[in-house]
Amino acid sequence: MQQPGARGSAAVDVKPLVFHRAVAAESRTGAAGAPGPADEALYEIRRKIYPRAVTGWFARWRVTIVILTQLAFYGTAWLQWNGRQALLFDLAARKFYIFGLVFWPQDFIYLTALLVVSALSLFLFTAVAGRLWCGYACPQTVYTEIFMWIERRIEGDRTARMRLDKERGVRRLRLKAAKHALWIGLSLWTGFTFVGYFTPIRQLSAEVLALSLGPWESFWLLFYGFATYGNAGWMREQVCKYMCPYARFQSAMFDQDTLIVTYDRARGEPRGGRSRASDPRGLGLGDCVDCGICVQVCPTGIDIRDGLQYECIGCAACIDGCNQVMKKMNYAPGLIRYSTENALAKGWNARQMLARVLRPRVLVYSGVLALVIVAAGASLTARQPVKVDVIRDRAGLARQGEDGSVENVYRLQIMNASEQSLQVGIAVRGEHELRDLRIETPSTLEVAPTTTRPVPVRVAARPEEDESGAEHIEFVITAVPAGGSAEDAYVLHEKSSFYVPKRR
Amino acid sequence: MSDFTSSFWSFYIAVITLASIAGCAVLLASMSRGRVATDPDKTGHVWDGDLEEYNNPLPRWWMWLFYITIAFSVAYLWFYPGLGTWAGAWKWTSTGAYEQESAAAERDLAPMYDKFSKLSVEQLAADPQALAVGQRLFLNKCAQCHASDGGGSAGFPNLTDKDWLFGGDPASIEKTILDGRNGVMPPFGPALGEQGAKDVAHYVRSLSGLTADDLRVVRGKDLFARNCVACHGSDAHGNPALGAPNLTDKIWLFAGDEPTVIETVTKGRSSVMPAHRDSLGEARVHVLAGYVYSLSHPGGK
Repeated sequence: MQQPGARGSAAVDVKPLVFHRAVAAESRTGAAGAPGPADEALYEIRRKIYPRAVTGWFARWRVTIVILTQLAFYGTAWLQWNGRQALLFDLAARKFYIFGLVFWPQDFIYLTALLVVSALSLFLFTAVAGRLWCGYACPQTVYTEIFMWIERRIEGDRTARMRLDKERGVRRLRLKAAKHALWIGLSLWTGFTFVGYFTPIRQLSAEVLALSLGPWESFWLLFYGFATYGNAGWMREQVCKYMCPYARFQSAMFDQDTLIVTYDRARGEPRGGRSRASDPRGLGLGDCVDCGICVQVCPTGIDIRDGLQYECIGCAACIDGCNQVMKKMNYAPGLIRYSTENALAKGWNARQMLARVLRPRVLVYSGVLALVIVAAGASLTARQPVKVDVIRDRAGLARQGEDGSVENVYRLQIMNASEQSLQVGIAVRGEHELRDLRIETPSTLEVAPTTTRPVPVRVAARPEEDESGAEHIEFVITAVPAGGSAEDAYVLHEKSSFYVPKRR
Repeated sequence: MSDFTSSFWSFYIAVITLASIAGCAVLLASMSRGRVATDPDKTGHVWDGDLEEYNNPLPRWWMWLFYITIAFSVAYLWFYPGLGTWAGAWKWTSTGAYEQESAAAERDLAPMYDKFSKLSVEQLAADPQALAVGQRLFLNKCAQCHASDGGGSAGFPNLTDKDWLFGGDPASIEKTILDGRNGVMPPFGPALGEQGAKDVAHYVRSLSGLTADDLRVVRGKDLFARNCVACHGSDAHGNPALGAPNLTDKIWLFAGDEPTVIETVTKGRSSVMPAHRDSLGEARVHVLAGYVYSLSHPGGK
């Protein structure tokens, strides 16, 4: 492992793939003087982080995405479709309603496709601009953002909160109680909404009001509520630092052209305080005024000026914070900005840097992602909501009917995954000519919406005396939706075999 | 409880388990107090000359989680079986869990079966919900022998026709399923001899209008009267009390071709319908009887 960017060295040395914990620690302990051997515990007590509120372009984006994702999460559960909940995962019945579609366990491949699309999207976004998912869309970030907003509303911003935590007395108790009450209320609502995707939410609200929740509904409501409260209220950055596997493996998708939140060391150093009127060049200073805003706004409590660190979730709060200061100082914005390792090292401008977005890695990710999306979409469009399994009776292969006919029995498992009842017709045909091949049981029937119906089918034929063995046959199942015409019919062909025993 | 003849292995496992847990606790306690020299922040461990290890301390609450797992394992071993032959304070067994779940499922289904129990077999045969339940029971329990369509196969009666070995009225069907039946035809080979058996077979085939040798039919009729009427009756219409089939209706339990009939006469037949009182229970058998009745009486009529 290479010792990453020691203080004062050129930015060229900063290798994004190296975790810079050592440097972060140095800035923590080394302020006192020359770093020397010390001793440190194997477990540390968490130091609470008081992130300062920040406004700016990236903060607005985050708020927008928080609002959109939460509108989707809290709102979708209440949408109705075809007289039932639009998005409902009925685990007990193993039916998954997604707007106009009803998925059965047989459609599991679509979940695989969804997961492949999600994974490839994560690869793509991470390769282009680092931990975008972590910074803007991850539920941990989103709920922490909401919880911190509530916290700020009640306890005030960073300094007010730090003061409050040192206070003893009624005011502190009152504010903390109010904050936790709101947090718990929001958490319970979140848990309620979550369970509402598995038990119809309107029915669930009636059960909650009547205090008649089932044991599992209560458990998941409280569990998910507790997880929200614990993770967004108490755990916060520790989830990203210690618990999240994605946080760690996303750095494997970084390369020298990945846009990451970067401090422009060459421009900023040497840092130092100065008055607004003074000329920094004359004082031998860089553009960094060492105000510490970038550290105060950081939700994971790191100093971005130490280079890329594994704790950085890419939220860009430090960019917004620094740009405000740069504006006050009348300096150009972007001392901390999205940049790439190559751009910093080679002094590229924005155009040169962005041109590298279209590099082979990104193109391959995009290509594969597009391919999977198109394939899954095409398969979903061509998907028929009717499935048939043909199960031959195994105990008796064949039996003799009257006048030399032979009978085989099959069980057709007809699955209607649509929300209309189906008028089903069953026909049979042989690959080769089998005399009098016919179905002897009733061959038209109705299958109710979203149900499976087992249909015993007796197929008979009158083969020639010397014929024996297994003949290939095919069931042709025609399913017409209720109120539809023959043109709307789904037609399925299912292969099986017809067994003719040797006659004695 | 124990499958072992000696209690040694029980102690052996218990001691290893407890020693492992205690070992984890000791290791955890020593590590939670342990400190490492850092320069700064490195553990001082070096491999391959320049590969150094940072000390990335875990949060302290994480250590408490480890202590909780130790407390959990001790509590678990107290309440659940896991320590040698110790059955656990809650006496949990997988059999017990299965029985509990079965009982819960039975409780859930009871109202439905109560409703069906109040209906007659004929009424069940006309009730779509009862038929759907009955069909699933039939496909799970009966279709292996009687085929999915109830049409049977050689040796297993067809349930869709009006010919019944032990009676086709609802009460008989229900009794057949509940208590099973034994259909025994004794072997007549020794008594009749090869030619005698062939004569009887020709006579029996002639009763259903199948091709037969006239001379053999005459001789067979005589042999039939002396050997077979006790069960099959002088008119050969069978006897449902014994499960003796009607031989005049062109319906054959085993096949009706000459070699098969000769084989039946010579070697006899022994057929068993197993009892389902214990495995299914009366409520389910009642619904099943409704379904079976509907196979020959569509709509319960």
